[in-house]
Parts: sequence; structure tokens; C-alpha cells
Amino acid sequence: MSDAVIVVALLLTAASATAAVAQRDPARQALVLSVLGSVLAVLFTVLQAPDVGLSQLAVGAALTPLLIMLSVRKVRRRGRTHDAAAKDGAR
Amino acid sequence: MNRLRLVLLAVGGTGLAALLVAACLGLPGFGGRSHPYGARAVHASLTRHTANTIASVNFDQRAYDTLGEMSILFAAVLGCVVLLRQARDEHRAQPQPAEVARPVRRYALIVLPVALVTGLYVVAHGQLSPGGGFQGGVVAATALHLLYLGADYRALERVRPLAVFETSDALAVSTYLVLGAAGVLAGTSFLANTLLPYGTFNTLSSGGTVPLLNAAVGMEVASAVVVLLANFLDQAVEIEEEHGS
Repeated sequence: MSDAVIVVALLLTAASATAAVAQRDPARQALVLSVLGSVLAVLFTVLQAPDVGLSQLAVGAALTPLLIMLSVRKVRRRGRTHDAAAKDGAR
Repeated sequence: MNRLRLVLLAVGGTGLAALLVAACLGLPGFGGRSHPYGARAVHASLTRHTANTIASVNFDQRAYDTLGEMSILFAAVLGCVVLLRQARDEHRAQPQPAEVARPVRRYALIVLPVALVTGLYVVAHGQLSPGGGFQGGVVAATALHLLYLGADYRALERVRPLAVFETSDALAVSTYLVLGAAGVLAGTSFLANTLLPYGTFNTLSSGGTVPLLNAAVGMEVASAVVVLLANFLDQAVEIEEEHGS
């Protein structure tokens, strides 16, 4: 019984990790990473490591995607101001 | 040139794969009954009245390793603060308050106190149940940022005086060091858990110095995450490059 749960958790982890690699848009990738973090937390809990599972849930599912989203936003905003500046220069 | 690189990569990769397979073949079987380290760690944590063996390993048997991890986090956040500071060719633009959808606002403001208390609970019960300073600290710090979702950035800045969190980050690291040094002064060794009485098993005050070290780590992690996110948010929301530079 518990072996079946472990196998399901492992398969889910592999599937969401593959999805995170296959997704090319960084903002969406952050969301998929958050799903991967939650699935990994489940896997660790199933493997009787609830402490690690909690860390994974807090860092992998919330903190890392948030930092990635903020970085993406900064890069996009920077691209926009650069484009505007280039247009001003051309005029 | 390119081929040489590929050959080099192939040789390195094959070597690594061979070593990994050899190492994995030497591991004990999956889910076996014999756990030599586990049995010893549980015994040691029970003699010191710490209900959560993981907390006993982190803050008693291997407290020195935790000091290392704590310093890594401290140094990493310090590096981020230096890298993400406002440079000379950048200025701060006041972000415009934006309309927040009603359900988002309601959800964020209801969940915020619950998440904050959950984080503090996890820190406080680190020596009794799964969790501890690190996990609870991250939860409490990220909970604070629900205010950014529910209200706006100015509201978050008001409840989060950055100087206070920077100071408490450094203070928490010093607290851990001082608690370790107190062991030396008491006549045993650095970070040895012989300073305080072990208390009654499975109560909040059990485990000697474990709850204190745990609280220090919780304070450090919560402040570090708040400072880290504040610097990222500043870059994403407020700081702009000067035009024409």
C-alpha cells in the first residue's frame, strides 16, 4: 500500500519536473516549479521526512517561484524602458 | 575545438555516471529495517528530553553544522543586498497604487494572520513536532508579503521597517554564537547542550538549549527572507534606470 503511494509520488515528481523543463516561458515556469515544490513536499512526507517536506513546501513552492517572478518582472520592465529610450534617441 | 570540448564532456560524464552507479550499488536497500545512525540519534535525543529527533540532530548533536548553514544564509542575503542596492544611475519611482480585485483582497487579508501564527507556531514547537526555526521562519516571512497582494507596496513597506529586520538578522546570528560560547564558559564545549536543565519530555520548555537555538534560527531566517524579498521587490517595483544612460 505505502509502496504504491511512493510510486505515485515519484511519478508525479518526474512528470512535473519534465513539465518545468519543457515550459519555455520563465513566468509560467515559475508556476510549474511551484507545483513541483508541492509534489516534492508530498514525496518527502510519504518517505517519512516531514521536516524536509515542510522546508520544501515553504521554499520550493512559495519562495523560489516568487523570487523568479520578481526577477522576470524586473527584466521585462527594464526591456520596456530601454525600448522607450531607444525610440526617444531615434526621434 | 568544439569536438575536443564534446570529448572532454563525454569522458567526464561517463566517469561521473560510473562513480554514481558504483556508489548507489553500495547503498543499503530501500526501506530496510536496520538504521544504525537513526537508532543512535533517537537514543541521544530521548536522553536529552527532545521529542523531535530531527531538532535534536540539528540543534544539539550537530549544532555546529547548523551554525554553518546559518552563516551561509546570512552571507548569501548580505551578498544579495550588496548586489541589488540602488546604483548611482538609478532612481526610485513611487509605485502607483493599483486596484486589487475584491476576492484577492479578502482572501489575502484573511489568510495573512493565519499564516503568520502558523509560522510562529512551527518555530515555537520545533523541538516537539516536525518543523522548526527554518521552516517556520520562511512561512512567517512570506505570510507578511500577502499584504502586497491584498493591499499595495506602500502598505507592505509600512509594516516592514527594513532597518529593524536587518538588525534582527544580525542579532539572531550573534545570539546563536553567544549561546554556543556560553557552553564554553559553563565549562564544557562550544554549543554543548549542558547549559540548561532538560525539562519535562514533550513540553515547550524541554530539550535544554534546543528551543533557544531554534528560536534564534527562526528569527534569523524570518529576517533574512524579509530582507531578501524586500530587495527583490524594490528592484521589481521601485528602482528604475535613468533614461539615456
